[in-house]
Amino acid sequence: MPKDHGIGASVKRREDVRFLMGLGNYTDDMAIAGQAHAVFVRSQVAHGRINKIDTADAAAMPGVLAVLTGEDFKDVGGNPTGWLINSRDGTPMREPKRPALAHGKVRHVGDAYAVVIAETYAQAKEAAEAIVADIEELPAIVDMAAAVADPSNRVHEEIPDNLCYDWGWIEDNRAAVDEAIKNAPHVTTLELVNNRLVPNAMEPRASIGEYFPGTGDYKLTTTSQNPHLTRLLIAAFVLGIPENKLTVVAPDVGGGFGSKIYHYGEEAVVLTAAKKLGRAVRWTAERSESFLSDAHGRDHVTRIELACEKDGTFIAFRTETMANVGAYLSNFATVTPTFLHGTLMAGPYKVPNVYVNVKTVFTNTAPVDAYRGAGRPEATYSLERVIDKMCRELGLDPFEVRRKNFITTDMFPYTTPVGLAYDTGDYHATLDKAMAMADVAGFEARRAASAAKGKLRGMGLSTWIEACGIAPSHLVGILGSRVGLYDAATVRVNATGNISVMTGAHSHGQGHETVFAQIVADKLGVPEASVEIVHGDTSKIPFGMGSYGSRSLAVCGSAVTRAIDKIVAKGKKIAAHMLEAAEEDIAFENGSFTVAGTDKAKTFGEIAFSAYVPHNYPLETLEPGLEETAFYDPANFTYPAGAYICEVEVDADTGKVDVVAFHCADDFGNIMNPMVVEGQVHGGVGQGIGQALCENTVYDENGQLLSGSYMDYAMPRADDVPFYNVDYSCQTPCTHNPLGAKGCGEAGAIGSPPAVVNAVIDALQRGGHSHVTHIDMPVSPARVWAAIQG
Amino acid sequence: MTKVTMTVNGRAVSGEVEGRTLLSAFLREGLGLTGTHVGCDTSQCGACVVHVDGQPVKSCTVFASDVEGASVTTIEGMANPDGTLGRVQQAFQDHHGLQCGFCTPGMVMSAAALLAENPKPTEADVRHYLEGNICRCTGYHNIVKAVLAASGQDVSGLAAE
Amino acid sequence: MYAFDFEKPKTVAEAVEALSREDAMALGGGQTLIPSLKQHLAAPSALVSLTGIAEMRGVCTGTDGALCVGGATPHAVVATEAAAKYPALAALAGNIGDPAVRNRGTIGGSLANNDPAADYPAAVLGSGATIVTNTRSIAADDFFEGLFTTALEPGEIIVEVRFPIPQRAAYAKFQQPASRFALTGVFVAKTANGVRVAVTGASENGVFRWSEAEAALSADFSAEAIEGVSVPAEGMVGDLHGTPAYRANLVKVMTQRAVRAA
Ligand SMILES: Cc1cc2nc3c(=O)[nH]c(=O)nc-3n(C[C@H](O)[C@H](O)[C@H](O)COP(=O)(O)OP(=O)(O)OC[C@H]3O[C@@H](n4cnc5c(N)ncnc54)[C@H](O)[C@@H]3O)c2cc1C
Ligand code: FES
Ligand code: FES
Repeated sequence: MPKDHGIGASVKRREDVRFLMGLGNYTDDMAIAGQAHAVFVRSQVAHGRINKIDTADAAAMPGVLAVLTGEDFKDVGGNPTGWLINSRDGTPMREPKRPALAHGKVRHVGDAYAVVIAETYAQAKEAAEAIVADIEELPAIVDMAAAVADPSNRVHEEIPDNLCYDWGWIEDNRAAVDEAIKNAPHVTTLELVNNRLVPNAMEPRASIGEYFPGTGDYKLTTTSQNPHLTRLLIAAFVLGIPENKLTVVAPDVGGGFGSKIYHYGEEAVVLTAAKKLGRAVRWTAERSESFLSDAHGRDHVTRIELACEKDGTFIAFRTETMANVGAYLSNFATVTPTFLHGTLMAGPYKVPNVYVNVKTVFTNTAPVDAYRGAGRPEATYSLERVIDKMCRELGLDPFEVRRKNFITTDMFPYTTPVGLAYDTGDYHATLDKAMAMADVAGFEARRAASAAKGKLRGMGLSTWIEACGIAPSHLVGILGSRVGLYDAATVRVNATGNISVMTGAHSHGQGHETVFAQIVADKLGVPEASVEIVHGDTSKIPFGMGSYGSRSLAVCGSAVTRAIDKIVAKGKKIAAHMLEAAEEDIAFENGSFTVAGTDKAKTFGEIAFSAYVPHNYPLETLEPGLEETAFYDPANFTYPAGAYICEVEVDADTGKVDVVAFHCADDFGNIMNPMVVEGQVHGGVGQGIGQALCENTVYDENGQLLSGSYMDYAMPRADDVPFYNVDYSCQTPCTHNPLGAKGCGEAGAIGSPPAVVNAVIDALQRGGHSHVTHIDMPVSPARVWAAIQG
Repeated sequence: MTKVTMTVNGRAVSGEVEGRTLLSAFLREGLGLTGTHVGCDTSQCGACVVHVDGQPVKSCTVFASDVEGASVTTIEGMANPDGTLGRVQQAFQDHHGLQCGFCTPGMVMSAAALLAENPKPTEADVRHYLEGNICRCTGYHNIVKAVLAASGQDVSGLAAE
Repeated sequence: MYAFDFEKPKTVAEAVEALSREDAMALGGGQTLIPSLKQHLAAPSALVSLTGIAEMRGVCTGTDGALCVGGATPHAVVATEAAAKYPALAALAGNIGDPAVRNRGTIGGSLANNDPAADYPAAVLGSGATIVTNTRSIAADDFFEGLFTTALEPGEIIVEVRFPIPQRAAYAKFQQPASRFALTGVFVAKTANGVRVAVTGASENGVFRWSEAEAALSADFSAEAIEGVSVPAEGMVGDLHGTPAYRANLVKVMTQRAVRAA
């Protein structure tokens, strides 16, 4: 019988009840007495000099309470970047100021330069149209290569070549890699584009600012994945509000996928306006604003070379990438194409030599930052596509080539040539599992069946690895991070014995309220129902870094575990006193403190009560109360890995691709809640199929966003995807965190795109279109058809 | 402003609205029924789906005045009379058919409408019917599974092909 | 949205009266108009909802045997009520947008709007239907005048659409991946007077009749009959979702599929 509670059980999610009843509490659901409405005025041109903004007409319109422009924010701070990257020559990256509202210049379509606050939303919206902005249009910088080539046209005046940095990883490998490639028996080269994506969390961003003049306190309710980080940025860098006078609340949040990690200017504006007006000021993005102003993802142009022996044994990988960072540096924009990407360029392979070069470029487009997977999907896509191409060039079996090159289980811990130390894994096991799930042997028969229907069938493989559970503070500090990446949890055992757990991690779909409660209940031997998880409110939770980078369980879950250990340790002291035994003789199991070898015992509840009503208590040596906080700083990343096999059918007449089967064999180490893990993989694969087949963000040469709504940005729908076949039975527990858990949140989005594209190429090759060796994502019907035509 | 009257979740309600007041706004702001979500401005995402006289409609694309006198059901009206989760809602919880919960109200309302029309849909029927409901979290797997389960079909061991 | 007055007349006559006001606009199902009002693309003084006019809703059979669809009939109603008499039309209606859109969107709204990627124009032109307004009858061949333009005069209301029933017909649609409108859709109808082929989604000038295919199919109603026929890429739409050449290819492929399905 499967477990029905505790660690490893598919416990149904408690948060679902409120969501299913329509009783969720998302930012836009909150109505605050006296609230006013903000509407932002956004640039219609990609690049322009702001000569004058005339707000007089707007200010005079009915219901208008205030109009603010970049001028009002020019003397406060800018929105900073969390990671310093140095160029190959040792010079620090270029870091332009990112103001809350554009000042002097607008730098992308959707760049907000003014805001109107009015009694009603409709009034604010109408007044926003009455603002007359004299903006002198400048030539738009859209193409990355052109941006770097033409120093006369600059996104930021002080950055002549529009280059943020030119990064090499690892620079010491460069000469050896060049040499290896020069001398290699075979080199496969592939130029590819990792398409720009709009995260599209279904809840648009929203923020409500409040100011309480009696105390001078501010409150920001906002759609954030990490309220403490947002508070820190606003306090320390942007508005200078003392950190202890600002509360940031991220209530129910409708998905993030990275886009809600970052602090955005709108948050600073609603806080400032709330103080100015003495009223709550609210803003909710329209979807079209989200398209223009949420941080986008990916957008790499890469040339990768794979050098190998004729039998497919890898000798070296070399990549040159241009990464688009957009018009401003979003909070993690600089680390995503570098340390989250370059360090993964060895994959799960024992390749001796790797060198990565990344040039990160400013353009007149929306900022680009981490989106589900962040850098690792880009690395995986480049590797798994070039390996597939090499196999075809040399006539080798793609499964065998992976096997030949995998790091083997006897090699851990394994340090890659790009600087990561993989602690554990079993890549052969996940590949074997995936092949069994996919019935690889039966493919020929399925292909024939598809052919009989007039469809070309193909199979694609991707064996992926990623580094997540971000991140060891010491290491990231050396690499340029300006923050620590630990997390924190407080376990408060209340006097009546039930438990409140305050976490730095924030759940916006991941199910922490259920899964963390499972862990706590399991470890303390109490019913799950007596454990409450509190997250998302800086006035309640300890300083934690929030949820992204598949870190919630591996980092914050470890903090919870450590805090529980402290609770148990203290409980033992209390029990020893009450049971008149030595502390060393107290055992804790199944919610009961016992004296070894006797039947003397105290329940967890009795100990908790005693801690708060300390009549029979060692007060001389022990404080009353039963509440512990732990900060957990991971010793290393976790390294989940897996093998994905995709099967597609291609309609050669129209170019339409149908994903007909998708198999995932993953190694996430120990599993807390299988149901939740499956859901995470499903969601990631859905997004990966979206990236591979339909999603694309297109700016025209004037910097206008052509795919700015769901009319043109193709979100995967229910009928675009199949059921996924997901397995996580290969488990090599993480060696360095107390739960043995690896991150699972981004896996699906990392591993799936190359599996899909490899399958499409396979289908075309087998279908007689052998000239098609690559198609850039999204592999849309039009592109597939055009590729077939040659 | 004009007065509009309708039945919402079995309760007679009325309110003052402008011509341009959308049903979604009337429900959320006028009646405080914030379970109905708004996820787009081009009528595509389906987060706002409610039933009007038993039929699913996008409440962001209907004026409140245009459904004067109608009977409207929202996600808040889908629970059993004893307050427990209704059949479709329960299936969504049982099969993890939601993550962030934002698309969920619209999904549940669309799914319930499908099952009213077609009590034993195939997988393809479900996927086609949910074409106008976008979910970014689940990859749709568990949503489709939940809807099939709510129709009483066996969903153990579902995978592609 | 800018403010406007909302009116919901009960008869066509009342609606015509209400629409005579300056800048008043008809409101069908609102599935196109409301999103454009949100974008401030229109600023009507009043919206006149047609959905309360009983005489404009429903499907019936005319004395001449034609299928008559009321101008304010939602797509979902056509999908079910036309199924027995004109299955190709019902299938087309049942695949417009999604269920919620079909419950509101109307045939009159779709035709009046004449979106170059809309489905109904292909059925109306392909069937050789007649558009009946409050003042006149307009043959399909005279109705569509290019992108988002029709023969309708300001204030004129589509009251009914009459479809003669062909011997065989089918619609084949290739969806635009994002909007799911027709990237290219082809309606083929075989009638006593020959074959009609109407193409939506593909041309820069909106829905059109593909006369070469009509001639070939009138001679031999089979997919193979148009193997040697093609439309030039010139004049086809080129955008994010496909080049003119791609659309030209789809016109042929979808025509063949429609013929096979008819
Ligand atoms: C998510 C979504 C998906 C869609 N997918 C498709 C699709 O796949 N294929 C497709 O063809 N369409 C699609 N549509 C459009 C849909 O079919 C609309 O319903 C239709 O185009 C407009 O009809 P309506 O009744 O909603 O008109 P409205 O939006 O109310 O009006 C449109 C225009 O027509 C005028 N008008 C309305 N009724 C009349 C009348 N009886 N006489 C004269 N003028 C009138 C109005 O004044 C207005 O100018 C989609 C819409 C949405 C929101
Ligand atoms: S909010 Fe109604 S469809 Fe998106
Ligand atoms: S559950 Fe988050 S969008 Fe569907």
